[in-house]
Amino acid sequence: MSHPVWEVFRKERRGQPFEHAGSVVAPDADFAEAWAREQYGRRGESVALWLVPREAIRDVEDWADEFDLKYRRVDGYSIKARLKEARERAGTAGPG
Amino acid sequence: MNEQALLGLADDELVLGWRDSEWTGIAPMLEEDVAFSSIAQNEIGHARAVYELLVGPEGDADALAFDRKAEEYHCSPLVELHLLEWAHTIARRWLYEVADEIRITALKDDSDPAVAGLAAKIDREEAYHRMHAEMWHDRLRGEPRFQAAVEELWPYALGVLPTELRGELVTRVGLPEVEAIERGTHTDELAPMWKEMTEVRRSAPAGARW
Repeated sequence: MSHPVWEVFRKERRGQPFEHAGSVVAPDADFAEAWAREQYGRRGESVALWLVPREAIRDVEDWADEFDLKYRRVDGYSIKARLKEARERAGTAGPG
Repeated sequence: MNEQALLGLADDELVLGWRDSEWTGIAPMLEEDVAFSSIAQNEIGHARAVYELLVGPEGDADALAFDRKAEEYHCSPLVELHLLEWAHTIARRWLYEVADEIRITALKDDSDPAVAGLAAKIDREEAYHRMHAEMWHDRLRGEPRFQAAVEELWPYALGVLPTELRGELVTRVGLPEVEAIERGTHTDELAPMWKEMTEVRRSAPAGARW
């Protein structure tokens, strides 16, 4: 059967962001809703769901970095020592 | 609402829940397998709630559900049928949900507030079952195989309701009123199912606690 895939996003509690939960394979939005309700909501684990046809999603997964602009990346900085120092100044203990 | 009618409702829900759960693991699609099994479980939950209402706070709902002989059940023949064929299974689900909605709506106006309250509670969960059944009905209604299954089960569907509520079922389903296969009679398929359903309970010594 070649039914489309629907990506399911769920919100666990009010005020929280939607997070990807998984997917269902369903012929249309109504079936996708019925099945997603069962698989991602029936145990009270979600307060809301988003159903998105996978084909509506634009994939972005290539990241050109030909010129080695390391300073733009988060791993270009080591903040461990500075964080420790800041914590000491503020008088709060760090996570071990 | 008399007790016999409530017992009929509970037995319908128990037996249909049992029948629909026979699809667990073998439904045609994985997603539907989960949904169908969940609905079957809900129906058994409704049966439990009605049995509990019937036996009262000190009574034993399990005893009422499982300690009767097969011929003492008040379920309608529609729910007894062993239908391991998807078109008939969905046709029964849809016919049953339409009939059940008419019955539950009437029960919500029952003079006994405990009955009316429970009917309202069941109705809230059934709303989702109806959505599921209507969705399948919309999808399959044009298929000759599905339509043939609906027509074959139609006399059984009429038997779910007392005569005074059948007119609305006729209108909703759009088939002519025919002679119903009445509650109170049983198909040959109930006894083997009853045997399996009550097997574990019957194997335990009397008074066993679960």
